[in-house]
Amino acid sequence: MVTYGDALDALGDPTRRAIFELVARRPQAVGELAGQVPVSRPAVSQHLRSLKAACLVQDRAEGTRRIYELDTAGITLVRHYLDRLWDDALNRFASAVTDPVDNKE
Amino acid sequence: MSTSAPIRKQITVAATPERSFEVFTAGMGRWWNRQYSIGSEEMTTVVVEGHEGGRWFERGVHGAECEWGRVLVWEPPQRVVLDWQITGEWRYDPEVHTELDVQFVADAGGTRVELEHRGLESLGAQADGIREIFDGPGGWAGLLQGLLAVAAGGDA
Repeated sequence: MVTYGDALDALGDPTRRAIFELVARRPQAVGELAGQVPVSRPAVSQHLRSLKAACLVQDRAEGTRRIYELDTAGITLVRHYLDRLWDDALNRFASAVTDPVDNKE
Repeated sequence: MSTSAPIRKQITVAATPERSFEVFTAGMGRWWNRQYSIGSEEMTTVVVEGHEGGRWFERGVHGAECEWGRVLVWEPPQRVVLDWQITGEWRYDPEVHTELDVQFVADAGGTRVELEHRGLESLGAQADGIREIFDGPGGWAGLLQGLLAVAAGGDA
């Protein structure tokens, strides 16, 4: 399980944090990122591995390249929660609409 | 499934669009599940102010009001669009904007209520977690704890 500590550690290194900020702005490939920070490409890959382990970034294949982007695990959970919330809301709403005690018409 | 795809729900109720619209908006406090309230006080009602730009908020037993968002579109009885501004950390954020689009369509059974909640990428860790990480500690802890609790909690 990813902890708050892992996430902070992952961003402790200034270069790693710079890479994270670049990925946050838009999804990018390793090569693109390497061109924007003053470390070698293998070093960039290492940083990305740490960010991925902390669930801060995720990667996907695009042709022969690997594109790094923000980890969407958080939004998936929120979406799942809201999905159940709206199911519940509409069911309760439906009961209220047809509730004879509540009916003013 | 794209994680930012809209949530779409619908239900048909045996009532007119006018009645359905009214119960959904003016009557929201009567049916909203108290478990999904954001204030620290026990929630007594939800208010949707009946005009474009109107506030959308909950009121607690001691009168405290917690914002949920704004009315973006007010077209009774066919349509209401609300700006849901409650984050994945379950708190109001004026910089978060998502659209809850609810339409009330007359059909043979009464009214078909079609709900779409879109713009959910605004709720993600991207919006919240980044700001909190860069502004100070606490954000990630809250987000991860909150979301992991939801995931582990099974049926709410």
